[in-house]
Amino acid sequence: MRRLSYGGAISEATVQCMEADPSIFVAGIGVDDFKGIFGTTFEAHRRFGDARVFDIPNGENAMTGIAIGAAAMGKRPLIVHPRNDFMFLCMDQLANLAAKWRYMFANGSGVPIVLRGIVGRGWGQGATHSQSLQATFAHFPGLYVAMPATPADAKGLLVSALQGTGPVVLLENRALYELEGEVPEALEPIPFGKGAVTRAGKDITIVGVSLMAYEALRAAKILAEQGVDAEVIDLRSIRPLDDEIIVRSLRKTGRLVVADTSWALYGVSAEVAAVAAEKAFPHLKAPVRRVTPPDSPAPVSRPLEDAFHPNPLTIARACLEVLKAGSSAGKGVADVQATFAGPY
Amino acid sequence: MEVERRLLRDMIRIRRTEETLAELYPAQEMRTPTHFSIGQEAVAVGVCTALRRTDAVYSGHRCHAHYLAKGGNLDAMVAELYGKETGCARGRGGSVHLSDLSAGVIASSAILGQTMAVAVGSALAFGMDGQDRVAVTFFGDGTVEEGIFHESLNFAVVKKLPVLFVCENNGYSTHTRLDVRQPAGVSIHARAASYGLSSRLVDGNDVFAVYEAAREAVATCRAGAGPAFLECTTYRWREHVGPLWDYDKGYRTKAEVDAWIARCPIERATTRLVRTGACTPAEVEAMTRASQAEVDRAVAAAKAAPFPAVEDLTLGTY
Repeated sequence: MRRLSYGGAISEATVQCMEADPSIFVAGIGVDDFKGIFGTTFEAHRRFGDARVFDIPNGENAMTGIAIGAAAMGKRPLIVHPRNDFMFLCMDQLANLAAKWRYMFANGSGVPIVLRGIVGRGWGQGATHSQSLQATFAHFPGLYVAMPATPADAKGLLVSALQGTGPVVLLENRALYELEGEVPEALEPIPFGKGAVTRAGKDITIVGVSLMAYEALRAAKILAEQGVDAEVIDLRSIRPLDDEIIVRSLRKTGRLVVADTSWALYGVSAEVAAVAAEKAFPHLKAPVRRVTPPDSPAPVSRPLEDAFHPNPLTIARACLEVLKAGSSAGKGVADVQATFAGPY
Repeated sequence: MEVERRLLRDMIRIRRTEETLAELYPAQEMRTPTHFSIGQEAVAVGVCTALRRTDAVYSGHRCHAHYLAKGGNLDAMVAELYGKETGCARGRGGSVHLSDLSAGVIASSAILGQTMAVAVGSALAFGMDGQDRVAVTFFGDGTVEEGIFHESLNFAVVKKLPVLFVCENNGYSTHTRLDVRQPAGVSIHARAASYGLSSRLVDGNDVFAVYEAAREAVATCRAGAGPAFLECTTYRWREHVGPLWDYDKGYRTKAEVDAWIARCPIERATTRLVRTGACTPAEVEAMTRASQAEVDRAVAAAKAAPFPAVEDLTLGTY
């Protein structure tokens, strides 16, 4: 199959969906400039022009409301936030209105808005430009929240968002943008609420989201060298959550490590652990372990930042601890960030 | 019916509805925080009468008058307050979340300023598709203090969108007076004008003045000249939320309330139409009786209607 970068897959999904559906428009700060949101909106702007891909004033809260109002009149707005941290400014419209629209107005069609937010970890982006806000959004009934970790999922989940009933928040990790992978050329949606087993194994289950799903695969390689056969699950969707895929895996492995790009407390990792406790308790052979950033804001200084984010080694170590197999494994494996050239 | 009589009739209908609901409210059967528009009917009726059915109206927490003036279904509104399955939001939304898409009442919301931006978004859609439609958002003087007020006006003017902003300035945000909340000597309509749109101050208790101002403003929007803004001064008679009188609670005086009751928009319109011969007192009496009968039927139907089924509690979330 043909290979594309993660960013290229997002661009292709946008262009193909806009070609198929004239009600889609793209708005966001800088979507029409020479950078085109790391190349993801550049081609759409070139093809469809200012009428359907346009720059906007600052004012994230109103822009979310504007998207809602346009959607209520039959449009499908795709709003892009170059940093998801700014989406705190959207929260009233998103949580208090978009998420509730279908229910509180008994309005079956709802408001199919799609918000893309980019998580900018690394390169010293610090406390307010490298958070990963999936738990914040996923708390609210009525929203869909997804975090693609591969180019194919980046395309398929965006297609689902732009064809679906919404409202949708898609969180993309900037560190994944250059990653290449096989991507179908056709417009094929990947449904929300369906995780993927990205590596089959029998000894332990690693559940990862976004960049951590990718890092979990690298951790599994380290573990394989230690004779540990890890199963890796990429959640892909945060809301709805694929409980079944977690339970099915635990039935086989009985051990669970959850790796998340955001904090443990009240986070996605807590939710996955709750699924294990509520729905897979009889299968558990060991306590669940979470691998997440520590309970502090993100730092800037490189050694601190490197220590802040989970990586394949910390995930592998956690697995080995759960398996009580010692922790000498994995020396010499480079972090993905070490090979990434900024600034971004 | 010519427009003057229609303006009066619609105000009477809203007043009869709300006074009836206020009377019934203490029976505890309407379990939804209710913000009555009694005293403020002229703004809703004056503006909505200048609109077409296809125009889109948005409102805030004090939304009954806007919903009814735009043609929202009365039975469905009353049933919504009673929490019934026949309500306009099937008992899920309550008094502050009224909607009737067939009448162009798109949404109302209890968060200040929310629907300002949403109306701007609908106007954006109308503009993109070249549709001859206008979006209108009603909000109070309290919303002017929210950041979204600025964000919405800014966007609407930059994009020259067909949206009419209607500020009902009733002098209070809950129990806090305007002069505690906003700088002295800078009026709301002047602040709006500073964004570069057409902005006017109107006597919000004079339904004919509101109607004429709204007609002009809507024409501006339809002509593609960008958004327009109306500040309508008016007054809420009853408490902020609920059916009672609250002039003994210390934040305002009975003399102040009485002075505004003396400027009742319905009395003023009646006096003028009777004086000019457009309407006889008997006709006004007949309008009142017909409205009362209509709301009595709506209440009876709402009381008789079924509650939503508990099995359906989470239905409609997705």
